[in-house]
Amino acid sequence: MSIPAEYKELAWQGLWKNNPGIVQLLGLCPLLAVTSTVVNALGLGLATLFVLICSNATVSAIRQWVPKEIRIPIFVLIIAGFVTCVQLLMNAYALGLYESLGIFLPLIVTNCAIIGRAEAYASKNPVKQASFDGLMMGLGFLAVLLILGAIREVFGQGTLFDGADLLLGEWASVLRVEVFQLDSQFLLAILPPGAFIAMGFLIAGKNKIDHIISERQPAKEEKSIERVRVNFES
Amino acid sequence: MAFWIASSPHNHVQNKTSALMRLVIYATIPGILTQWYFFGWGNIIHIIMAIATAFAAEFIVLSLRKKPIPLELFDGSAILTAVLLGVSLPALAPWWITIIGVSFAIVIVKQLYGGLGHNPFNPAMAAYVMLLISFPVQMTSWQPPSSLMSVNLDFINTLSVIFTDFTKEGYSVAQLRMHVDGVTMATPLDTVKTNITLGMTVTESLNNKIFDQGLGIGWLWINIAFLVGGLFLLFKKAIAYPTPLSFLATIFIFSFIAFLISPDTNPSTLFYWFSGATMLGAFFILTDPVTCATSIKGRIIYGCLAGVLVCVIRKFGGYPDGIAFAVLLCNMAAPLIDQYTRPRTYGH
Repeated sequence: MSIPAEYKELAWQGLWKNNPGIVQLLGLCPLLAVTSTVVNALGLGLATLFVLICSNATVSAIRQWVPKEIRIPIFVLIIAGFVTCVQLLMNAYALGLYESLGIFLPLIVTNCAIIGRAEAYASKNPVKQASFDGLMMGLGFLAVLLILGAIREVFGQGTLFDGADLLLGEWASVLRVEVFQLDSQFLLAILPPGAFIAMGFLIAGKNKIDHIISERQPAKEEKSIERVRVNFES
Repeated sequence: MAFWIASSPHNHVQNKTSALMRLVIYATIPGILTQWYFFGWGNIIHIIMAIATAFAAEFIVLSLRKKPIPLELFDGSAILTAVLLGVSLPALAPWWITIIGVSFAIVIVKQLYGGLGHNPFNPAMAAYVMLLISFPVQMTSWQPPSSLMSVNLDFINTLSVIFTDFTKEGYSVAQLRMHVDGVTMATPLDTVKTNITLGMTVTESLNNKIFDQGLGIGWLWINIAFLVGGLFLLFKKAIAYPTPLSFLATIFIFSFIAFLISPDTNPSTLFYWFSGATMLGAFFILTDPVTCATSIKGRIIYGCLAGVLVCVIRKFGGYPDGIAFAVLLCNMAAPLIDQYTRPRTYGH
């Protein structure tokens, strides 16, 4: 079984080349605000992923009937519907996490990464591709959230997966890893400025990797014919 | 016969960055010595550690950025940043405070923005604020003047406190800060601020042991020493006079009016001028040529803004001293000030 090139391209775009977190820089508000621990990041990432897949599928399914003039309110309405589902589910099954995410859970509605995908991709493509695109974009966003959360949690409190039981149930409290013992928390890493700095380093790292990859590839020979422009009027 | 014709400008200033930086570093020496006299070895140890860290951090970043290392490493700006941060840290702060602070100042505040001349914020003050926000306990454990301490802190003991948190006899920093009668001694600014919130008048709080004739023991002389260093810089034309002048004048106006209105809840102008980091800020921090406003009018506005912010933070803010916060806020405002105070081009 071979994966069609279209899906490969979608995955590549969502996970790396056009990553909503570190390339499009969309949805920075939740990205920077809640990534103080891995578990918070995971919770918000999963919620965003779910909303993104569902909204992309729905927007794509009804794209024939949506008048162009009022498409944005309709998209927002659909997204808000799914966010409410997620919010109620989390309130019911993961109350601790629900409380620690706070306002940023309902704020997924305004996450421009989601409305951006609805507008740019889902409203023009069939359901299958749109859902897959939602999945890949969501995974890309989730990955950035997780990395940022891990960096900030290690630097801020020296732990990983602190509070995993809030999301996964009682058994998960064994997941907590104490990377190193800190006498006092490094508050900068936990506060928003730390998120901005770590985010800057992530973007720089991604650009560096891209740069190395592009240098490794053999340079294409430019075979263009130089034409002298004579007619300056046009 | 042909004459050599050069285009304008015809008079060149021969000063190099390193010479200027060296001059400013020399000017901090009286202040550092006074600190040593009143508060012991702590700050000198921090300054030495800070300089070593600054060199290491600068070297690593410069080699990553493929810059001319000897030229930029020895231009003195990193040493100056390290000295200024070392001066402003609490003398008994643990060693990693200096390491983290200086690395942050050099790597993130200075080099990531493009190196000397491109940084929007004063590296030493940005690092100080970062430390103060990240490690509030360590950064507010100010040591009382040596003459009031019940434990005699010599060089070895200070080293031991900085590196292990305890003296050789096993006293912790919290114990060191206590007077013989078991009361923790705070800085003059902190004492007055806390006492005012407790409902005491300024005159009552000045009866505390850390004061001598209404001014903090040691702090008065440290500020005088930095004032002397600053006047030396002014005399050498290393710094411009508008910023410190307008800064100190604004503090004078603000505190004088406040003192006249309510002398019980507002300390005098002299207290504002000669406690905390006022003189260090006025002559060494605010005058940083990179982050300051550039025109004369702009510098006057810049100094006024800093003065107002310092007074407001000291009077109404949550922290006892506000030089570092004021400097950062002014740094942010400097490009805007420059925009509106651009001198008219000659001939227009």
